[in-house]
Amino acid sequence: MKLDGKVPAGPVAEKWTRHKFDLKLVNPANKRKFSIIVVGSGLAGASAAASLGELGYHVDCFCYQDSARRAHSIAAQGGINAAKNYQNDGDSVWRLFYDTVKGGDFRSREANVHRLAEVSVNIIDQCVAQGVPFAREYGGGLANRSFGGAQVSRTFYARGQTGQQLQLSAYQALSRQVAAGTVRMHAKTEMLDLVVEDGRARGIVTRDLADGTMASWSADAVVLATGGYANVFFLSTNAKGCNATAIWRAHRRGALFANPCYTQIHPTCIPQHGDYQSKLTLMSESLRNDGRIWVPKAGGDSRSPDQIPEAERDYYLERRYPAFGNLVPRDIASRAAKTVCDEGYGVGHGARGVYLDFADAIARLGKDAVAAKYGNLFEMYERITGEDPYAVPMRIYPAPHYTMGGLWVDYHLMSTIPGLFVIGEANFSDHGANRLGASALMQGLADGYFVLPYTIGDYLAPRMGEEPLPTDHQAFREVEGEVTDRLDRLLSVQGKRTVDSLHRELGKVCEDECGMSRDRKGLEAAIAKIQALREEYWRNVRVPGAAADLNQSLEKAGRVADYFELAELMCRDALDREESCGTHFREEYQTEEGEARRNDEDYKYVAAWEWTGAGDTPRLHKEELDFENVPPSQRSYK
Amino acid sequence: MSWIGKTYGSALGKKAAMALSGLLLVGFVLGHMAGNLKAFLGAEKYNGYADWLREMGSPLLPHNGALWIARVVLLGAVLVHIHSAWSLTRLSRKARPKRYYTLTAQQATYASRTMRWGGVIILLFVLYHLAHFTWGMSWAHPDFEPGNVHRNFVEGFRVWWVVAIYVVAQVALGFHLFHGFWSAFQTLGLNHERVNAWRRPLALSIALVVSLGNISLAVSVLMGWVS
Amino acid sequence: MRLKLHIWRQKNANDGGSFATYARDDVSPDMSFLEMLDVLNEELIESGEEPVAFDHDCREGICGSCGVMINGSAHGPESGTATCQLHMRKFRDGDEIRVEPFRSRAFPILKDLVVDRSPFDEIIGAGGYISVNTGSAPEANLIPVPRDDAERAMDAAECIGCGACVAQCPNGAAQLFTSAKISHLAELPQGRPERFARATKMVEVMESYFGSCTNFAECEAVCPKGISIDFIAQMNREYLRSRFK
Repeated sequence: MKLDGKVPAGPVAEKWTRHKFDLKLVNPANKRKFSIIVVGSGLAGASAAASLGELGYHVDCFCYQDSARRAHSIAAQGGINAAKNYQNDGDSVWRLFYDTVKGGDFRSREANVHRLAEVSVNIIDQCVAQGVPFAREYGGGLANRSFGGAQVSRTFYARGQTGQQLQLSAYQALSRQVAAGTVRMHAKTEMLDLVVEDGRARGIVTRDLADGTMASWSADAVVLATGGYANVFFLSTNAKGCNATAIWRAHRRGALFANPCYTQIHPTCIPQHGDYQSKLTLMSESLRNDGRIWVPKAGGDSRSPDQIPEAERDYYLERRYPAFGNLVPRDIASRAAKTVCDEGYGVGHGARGVYLDFADAIARLGKDAVAAKYGNLFEMYERITGEDPYAVPMRIYPAPHYTMGGLWVDYHLMSTIPGLFVIGEANFSDHGANRLGASALMQGLADGYFVLPYTIGDYLAPRMGEEPLPTDHQAFREVEGEVTDRLDRLLSVQGKRTVDSLHRELGKVCEDECGMSRDRKGLEAAIAKIQALREEYWRNVRVPGAAADLNQSLEKAGRVADYFELAELMCRDALDREESCGTHFREEYQTEEGEARRNDEDYKYVAAWEWTGAGDTPRLHKEELDFENVPPSQRSYK
Repeated sequence: MSWIGKTYGSALGKKAAMALSGLLLVGFVLGHMAGNLKAFLGAEKYNGYADWLREMGSPLLPHNGALWIARVVLLGAVLVHIHSAWSLTRLSRKARPKRYYTLTAQQATYASRTMRWGGVIILLFVLYHLAHFTWGMSWAHPDFEPGNVHRNFVEGFRVWWVVAIYVVAQVALGFHLFHGFWSAFQTLGLNHERVNAWRRPLALSIALVVSLGNISLAVSVLMGWVS
Repeated sequence: MRLKLHIWRQKNANDGGSFATYARDDVSPDMSFLEMLDVLNEELIESGEEPVAFDHDCREGICGSCGVMINGSAHGPESGTATCQLHMRKFRDGDEIRVEPFRSRAFPILKDLVVDRSPFDEIIGAGGYISVNTGSAPEANLIPVPRDDAERAMDAAECIGCGACVAQCPNGAAQLFTSAKISHLAELPQGRPERFARATKMVEVMESYFGSCTNFAECEAVCPKGISIDFIAQMNREYLRSRFK
C-alpha cells in the first residue's frame, strides 16, 4: 500500500485556497440525495453534522451519551487558539502554523497544520455568531490570554469552561438541524462496527444502549468523530465512556492507524488517592504560572510539607530548567515529575505526587489576588481531596489526557478506506508528537465546520446516482452477525474477574511501560504482558446481564476488549520509533542532560499500521514528512 | 382577543394571570384593611366611610354603582386566581406521577410550600367573612342589622372563636401574601439587580401590615377597646 | 466508614421497582460517591448479581450525565456539586443513605438509577440556538458585547443540563433549565433577533413535558452550577413580551 497524503501542490500558504477551487462540488439540489453517517457528537462530530445538515445532506448522527451535548469536548477548560492578532502582538496565521509544527516536534503534516491555522480565525467568527459567551474586554471586544508553547496571546476563553461553551454551541447548531429534519440524532447508540463493501465504507452497525437493540445503517459516506483513546490507560482525564471502539473496528476493517504511541500526559492533575480511583481530574495548566513545584530532598520524607524547611526542598524544575522553570512544556514537566517519583522522592498516596506550592505567590500577591486568579481551581481541588490549597501545597501528578495518534487520514481527512472520513482527535493529522494547549478545540471545530464540508463533496460528487447499499445486503448481515457473536462471547465467558479489574491492570502496564518514558526492554515486556492479559480477559472475564438490555457492564466489556489490541499496537509503535520526540520519550535516545533526542534522519515519518489479523504482527507503512517551511530544530527550554 | 386566550392557554400565561389577579387582590386587601381601620375612629366615621363606598363615583355612577363594579372585578380576579392555580396544580401533579420516598426541602420557604392549602383556607374564610358581614346570614351573625355597619362589626367580634377564626385566617393570608407578592415579581419578570434585594422585604411588609392590621381590629373588639 | 445504602432497583421502564439495601463497611472518606458505587458494583458482579446501573461520564462535574437523589436531595448534600464530585467525607460513619433516580413524568426510568432526559434536547431544538449557518458569520469583533452582558450570559450558559432542577422541584418544573438557555441567548446581541420566537417555542415544548413553577427556588439550591432563579424571571419577561410581538 502506498500512502498518499494527497497534499496539493503550491506554496503552503496557498494550498487550501487553491485546493478548495479544485474540489468537485455537489450541486445544492443534489445534496439531499446523499446520506452521511457521523459518529460522535463532540466538537468535531456536532459541528460536522450541523454543517452537513445545513448544506442539505441527509445526516444520521450517533453518540453513546444520552444527549449530544455531553460529549467529552465539554470538559476542556483552557481555551481555543486563533490567529486573530487582536492583541497587536505580532501574531499571524503563519506564526500559529509555525508554533504548532514546532510544538508537535516536527512530526505533523505541514499542509494540514497551515490549513488549521488559516481557518482558526473563521472558527472564532462562527462561534461568536452562535452566541458563545467568550470573555470580553470592557470595550466589548474579545479578550485573549496566553498559553503554553506560544509567545503571543491568542487564546480565546469562556472562564474555565471554554470547551463546554464551544460544545454547547455546536450542539445547539446540531439541535437546530435536528429540528429542521436534516439530521436524525441517535443518542445512547454506540457504533460497534463498520461495514465495508467493495473496498468502500458503506455503513455501520450499532447497538442501542437503552435496550440492546442492534441495527444497521447505510450511507454514502461515514464520518468518525469519536475522540481519542487515552482511556486505554484506565486512569485518565477522559470521560469514563470515551472509547476507541469505532476507530479500532475501522482499523480492523482496513483503516491504517497512525502514530499510536503519541499520547499526551498532562502535568497538572490531581493524583490518585486510592486503589478504587475511577478517573483523574485535570486542573488548568495556568496553575504553573504562580505555583512552584517541589519534592523533599530526602526520599520517603513523611513530614507534612510545612515542616520541611526550604533548604530540604528540591525545586527540581527550577533547578533543571533555569530559563523556563515551572513553565516548561507539558511533556517535559510531566516527565520530570515521573523521574523524581521513580527515584523515590514522590509524596502522597503511593509516593506518586509532587507538591505545587502557592505559599510564595500568596506571600507576594496576597491571598485575595491568588483567589481571584485560581479560586475555582482551588475549590475544585478541595472538593476532591478535602485539603485546603491555601494552607497546604497541592499535590499533583501527570495523567493521560489526549492522544495525538489516531486513524491515518489524507489531506481530505479521508482514511485509507474510501468513504470513511475521520475528524477531530480520532485522526492523527495536526498535532504531530505533541499537542499545544488550546489547540484541540481548534482542530475539532476546524475539521467539522470548515474542512470536511468541502472535502466530503469531492468524494460524493462522482458517485451521484449510486444507491447506498441496502441494510439487508449480505455485507451488513455478516457484520451484524460478527458483532452479535462477539457480544455473546463476552457474556458467555462467565469467569471470575470483572472488566474493570482487568482494565485497571492493562492501564498499569501501559502507564508504566508506554507512558511518559519508554525503553525497549519495558516495551517488549509490556507487549507480552498485554497479550497474556488479553488471553486472560477472554478466558476469565465476568460480564453479567444480557445483550438485549441496558447493560453497562457489556458496554464496557466490548470497549476494553478493543483496548487490549490497541494497547499492543501502541507499544509496538513506541518500540519501532527509536528516537525521542514530543511526548514519545525513549530512555535510550536522550542527550547527556536527559533531554529528548530526535532522529530526523531515520524517523521523520508518520507510522501508519495495518491490521493483519488477530495475533499477527501489524504491518508498518510510512508517510515521509517534508518540512519546507519550518526547518526542524531542537527544542530547548534550558 | 385571541392572543389573550392563547397566552392564558400556556402555563406561563396562566401564571401571569395569577400574578396580575393576585396583585389586584393585594391592592384590595390593603385598601380593605386601611378602610376598616376607621373603625377605631368611632361609629360615625366608620359608617360614613361605608356610605361613601356606596356613593363613590356619584353622580356619574348610580347608588352602589362603583361598589358593584368593584365586586364584579374582584370576583373576576378571584375566579382567575383560582382557576389558574387549580389548573397549574394539576399540571404539576401530572409532572411527577410517581412520588419520591423522600424529598428534602432545600430553601423553599414555609410560605411558598403552603400556597395551595393556604389559598383554600383563605377562600373558605372569604366565604365565611361574606356570610358574616356582607350577607349577614343568621348562622354566622345572629345580630346582623343591614346598613348598621359599625354595630355589626362590634357585635360580630364579641365571640372569642369568631376572632380566633379571623386570626388564623389572617395568619394564612399573611403567609400567602408574603410568598405571593414576591412571586408575582418573578412571574411577571419584574426583576433587576438593583431592586431584587427589595422584593422580599416589601412582600414581608405588605404581609405584616395587612394581617396585623386586620387582626388588630378583631382583637380590639374582643378586648373591649372598640365598642 | 460503615454505611447502609438503600438503592432503587428497577429492571426496566415497565418494572415497578423497589429499594434494595446494601451494607457497606469499608468506605473510604476520600472516595467519590460514584466510586463508592463502583466498588459496590464490582462486588455485585463477582457475586453473580447485576450491578446498579447509573449514568455518569466525565466525573468532573461538567457533562451533566450523572445525577441521583441522595436522601431527598438532587446530587446529595453538598451544594454546587454534581453527584460525581460529591465525596464520602460529606457523610458520617453509620449513616443510612437513600438513593433514588430523578423522578419526572418527562424522565422515564430506563433501569435502576438511569433516566431518559431527552425532552431537554427537544427544548433546545425548539429554539435554543442562534440561526446562523456555518460560514455566514461576520468578523467576531464587529459587534461589541458589553463585558457585563457577556458575564451574565456566561452565568446562564454554564448550565450542564443534568436535570437536578426538575428532580428537586416539587412541581417537576423545568424552568431553570429552559430559562438558562433563553437568558444566555437573550443577553447577547447575536441572540436578540430571534429572542421572542425562541421564548415562545421553547416554553411551549417545556410546558408539554414539565410542571409549573411556583417559585420555590428549590432548583437554584441544588443546581451544581448555582444558576440563579433571576433567569426564570428573565424568561418570564421574554415570554410575556413575546405575547405582545
